[in-house]
Amino acid sequence: MSLFSQERREVLTTPLAKDNPVAVQVLGICSALAVTAQLEPAIVMGLSVTVITAFANVIISLLRKTVPNRIRIIVQLVVVASLVTLVSQILKAFAYDVSVQLSVYVGLIITNCILMGRLEAFAMMRSPWESFLDGVGNGLGYAWILVAVGFVRELFGNGTLLGFRIIPESIYADNGGFYVNNGMMTMPAMALIIVGCLIWALRAAQKEA
Amino acid sequence: MQFTKHFMEHLFSLFIRSIFVDNMIFAFFLGMCSYLAVSKTVKTAFGLGVAVTFVLIITVPVNYLLLMNVLKTDTVDLSFLSFIIFIAVIAGIVQLVEMIVERFSPSLYAALGIFLPLIAVNCAIMGASLFMQQRISMEPGSTQHIGSVLDAFVYALGSGIGWLLAIVALAAIREKMAYTDVPRPLQGLGITFITVGLMALAFMCFSGLSL
Repeated sequence: MSLFSQERREVLTTPLAKDNPVAVQVLGICSALAVTAQLEPAIVMGLSVTVITAFANVIISLLRKTVPNRIRIIVQLVVVASLVTLVSQILKAFAYDVSVQLSVYVGLIITNCILMGRLEAFAMMRSPWESFLDGVGNGLGYAWILVAVGFVRELFGNGTLLGFRIIPESIYADNGGFYVNNGMMTMPAMALIIVGCLIWALRAAQKEA
Repeated sequence: MQFTKHFMEHLFSLFIRSIFVDNMIFAFFLGMCSYLAVSKTVKTAFGLGVAVTFVLIITVPVNYLLLMNVLKTDTVDLSFLSFIIFIAVIAGIVQLVEMIVERFSPSLYAALGIFLPLIAVNCAIMGASLFMQQRISMEPGSTQHIGSVLDAFVYALGSGIGWLLAIVALAAIREKMAYTDVPRPLQGLGITFITVGLMALAFMCFSGLSL
């Protein structure tokens, strides 16, 4: 089998839409909602999860024949916790502001169900390379939902994207215009409603396809 | 540690705050996966809520003691290892609780069933320990500050009760919602999200509480 055969490409692409971890399998919701008030933390979180899922998948896949079945959960947790500690330290060193914004949610990647789900369902029985592709696919499937929600919330909540002003100052009510930011968007409650609508849209679209 | 008036006041506001204002579900979205999956009937929702509260009030104080006495000593600061310690403690205690409950109360064990082992990867449990770690470094005057084992215990109890409240309320709404006419693609997950969003809006009014 070649490195990027048909089957392997599918491993990478199905989690993006058809089998999306957030919208279809409903995994990893906690962080998807909490870090999306702005776009930047959403992107960083998505990338962190992608990296951790990919490498945890590879490590578990390499260990799958040596780890006794009874203690596999503990082994998985330790592997994931070590990777998360590593990522958290790297973020603190190179992107301190974002790591403050993400606060406890970096640590909560450990209990992100996407990770445990992929390790149990995929990495325990497939080769390291396939597991890597599966990890990247699921991580990206998670990341794009985060980015989509973060995009909507930052654009309508603050009028900015990644901190750059998109909606011009001149149309704001303060400056004699008509526009007012929707402060609700930055509140936790709106995250839930936006994800709800996103799932609605995705399911409606898939039914037609 | 003295049981002064101020001390009791702090405990009380910490408790109320962790139930309503810093609610695990509505303010931080912790434990969402099981929250959405197990909130179809009030009875099972209540069982899971009790189990979560139970595990919380054991793990948070234990993690607090470990963090303060083992990881953070006068000579070395190993608190960057806290993730591994926390998850190990949680997984271990969940296993222990499972065995104890099975031995002494088979009926409760049967009722909780699959929920007990699942709690190990419930973000609310891990989240409470991580918030506890964050709150230790807050200024002592703040109502959110955690400065003793008792604080940690009260915080865990409040968070657990807040989670229990949230899941029972959602389960009750979903039981009623079974009779409504929801658009097809929105059924199930979509409408549940929007319901939780509206509940979170309602809970936002508690954030005005001055404690």
